[in-house]
Amino acid sequence: MSGGTFVGMPAFPEAAHEAVGNTTLRANLRHATHTIRDKRARAVAELDDWAELRAAGRRVKDHTLRHLDRYLVQLEESVVRAGGTVHWAADADEANRIVTDLVKATGESEVVKVKSMATQEIGLNEALEAEGIHAYETDLAELIVQLGRDRPSHILVPAIHRNRGEIRDIFAKEMAGWGRPAPEGLTDTPAELAEAARLHLREKFLRAKVGISGANFMVAETGTLVVVESEGNGRMCLTLPETLISVVGIEKLVPTWRDLEVFLQTLPRSSTAERMNPYTSMWTGTTDSDTADGPSTFHLVLLDNGRTDTLADEVGRQALRCIRCSACLNVCPVYERAGGHAYGSVYPGPIGAILSPQLRGTQSEIDASLPYASSLCGACYEVCPVAIDIPEVLVHLRERVVQGGEATRHGTKVMLKPAKGHAAERAAMRAAGLVFARPGALRAGQRLASRTRRLHPRTLPGPGRAWSATRELPKVPAEPFRDWWQRTQGARSKGKGNDA
Amino acid sequence: MSSRDRILGRVRRALADVPDGDTSYKAYEASMDRGYAREHGDRTTEQTVDLLAENLADYRAIVHRCAAADLPELLTRLFASRGSRSVLVPPGLPPHWLAAADPVRIHDRAASTPHELDRVDSVITGCALAVAETGTIVLDGSPDQGRRRITLVPDHHICVVRVPDQVVSSVPVALERLDPARPLTWISGPSATSDIELDRVEGVHGPRTLEVVLMSEE
Ligand code: SF4
Repeated sequence: MSGGTFVGMPAFPEAAHEAVGNTTLRANLRHATHTIRDKRARAVAELDDWAELRAAGRRVKDHTLRHLDRYLVQLEESVVRAGGTVHWAADADEANRIVTDLVKATGESEVVKVKSMATQEIGLNEALEAEGIHAYETDLAELIVQLGRDRPSHILVPAIHRNRGEIRDIFAKEMAGWGRPAPEGLTDTPAELAEAARLHLREKFLRAKVGISGANFMVAETGTLVVVESEGNGRMCLTLPETLISVVGIEKLVPTWRDLEVFLQTLPRSSTAERMNPYTSMWTGTTDSDTADGPSTFHLVLLDNGRTDTLADEVGRQALRCIRCSACLNVCPVYERAGGHAYGSVYPGPIGAILSPQLRGTQSEIDASLPYASSLCGACYEVCPVAIDIPEVLVHLRERVVQGGEATRHGTKVMLKPAKGHAAERAAMRAAGLVFARPGALRAGQRLASRTRRLHPRTLPGPGRAWSATRELPKVPAEPFRDWWQRTQGARSKGKGNDA
Repeated sequence: MSSRDRILGRVRRALADVPDGDTSYKAYEASMDRGYAREHGDRTTEQTVDLLAENLADYRAIVHRCAAADLPELLTRLFASRGSRSVLVPPGLPPHWLAAADPVRIHDRAASTPHELDRVDSVITGCALAVAETGTIVLDGSPDQGRRRITLVPDHHICVVRVPDQVVSSVPVALERLDPARPLTWISGPSATSDIELDRVEGVHGPRTLEVVLMSEE
């Protein structure tokens, strides 16, 4: 993939450095994650079959991944039958090129965008900008991030690290440079700020000819795409433009229409802790002319960019079940302290710690250290609506970093060398002592811990105990993650995500 | 090699651990162990409608209930209290619904620009169905609902739900009744954001006011 970096992300050490000294950020994060987490627990408790929904979600996704080739081909057929065009992109560069060419073919130099992790992952906005195409983020939080020349720090609420005063200042200072200026005398009440965003963006929606989105789900059987959102900016981008381009990871597939019944119940409750998010849009290709509704041209760009490499790892592939609900971020003690930027990728938190090193490989310092960005407390696994055993994958990836071994990169099997003398390894050795020198033992202990987590939530049995003793929860780890990271990484100049 | 072939080839190699003879995708629906509930709780039809009203209100939609015969009068009142002078009307809206209403009727034409729609005060539609457990109305672009854009651009949306026919209990039952080939919009309360310190603010881009009329047909 394009040099292996997620374009636009900072070198990790600078980001962590900044985050550590920023008490506002930590207070904002703490307030936010605790609020969502408590609400989520209530929303989940309303459904007495939550355990079954979670198990079904896991089964549906596992089945899909197991037959991904067939379902992708079926999806392609369904989308084409419904009047859409399907493109395949092996990596970020190719996806960016496809989208840029499609936009250029419309003759437009502006696009409106629905919040999308996939397009952030490939650095689409920057790629478009380089070709003279302005991409406007229309999700309120993404707008805050874009106007502030900032980076998202949370999957669901990307501006979670900003408080109302900061947002006011960003709007007052930056809106004029992008379009309609902020109203005179703008205060920091959320209602006024939202109104300012409404007016600023409405100008762009109403004249937009090209919309770009991701999708939460794609249905192989019908060719239907689904976007789940709250504000209506998604609906705007999916409805008003003449051309719609959706960039979607190949793992976002489900086999049948009926499968949506699982995820439309688990996703909103896990993410925003609502029974249902305010808006969900579903579209199947384009509609014919007498009922024409929405864009008349629809392009679907199917994105690999490391997903097939992830699929090749029998332990790690479960990360592809992720529906990006962000529940695991909100319960993670490490995320709460470090903030989303510290993960150096568009996927922060526990899911980022297992997904990024798989999508990008573990060769770079940042990616090799991500499997250590966890206390292995297991809270992420408990809340995950598709039951991804994040601790299991973390331990698996630690083993890979330290021991090396076989992995797949860009579709080819490679032998990874042990990361001798690696920053991550040294840090881990300090944390884990003897136990970590025998990762197999730790792994066995951790697996056992997974199975009996309800009974022994705080410590690892057997040889794992020595390691977990300093990482006991909910107590703050002996050395906070951010300090550890600053100490081990902060001095280094760059944490480029280069692949071998 | 095309990227399509490259990606599909990578997927197949990545799945080397899946036995060749695994054809479980063929019997997917039959073999898929779902195990979860079709709906939650045991309710009478009346209770399901009450639950819908409760959940809609909980997500800050304004809920009204009326008999079919009283709908024109109710709508007139709703437009008046908001001071709406113009209302977007989908092509197949039952004409008698607006028999008593004052606002100018605006029709959505292919040539209407989003800017024109933006100048309309209100929009009124029917719906495909409503989901009680989640407090959701679903529009499918049928003639009494019109194109997606008409319920999106104006700031005030009134949606009429025929009770109890259009009310279903749960998401699974709703999906069963919907046609995926139609453009579908699921709406749960007015547009909302929690992006600023997680304070919920109604309306960023979609209608800031959603009024749902539960109209009993007898
Ligand atoms: S890993 Fe699970 S909990 Fe985390 S974002 Fe993905 S689906 Fe949600």
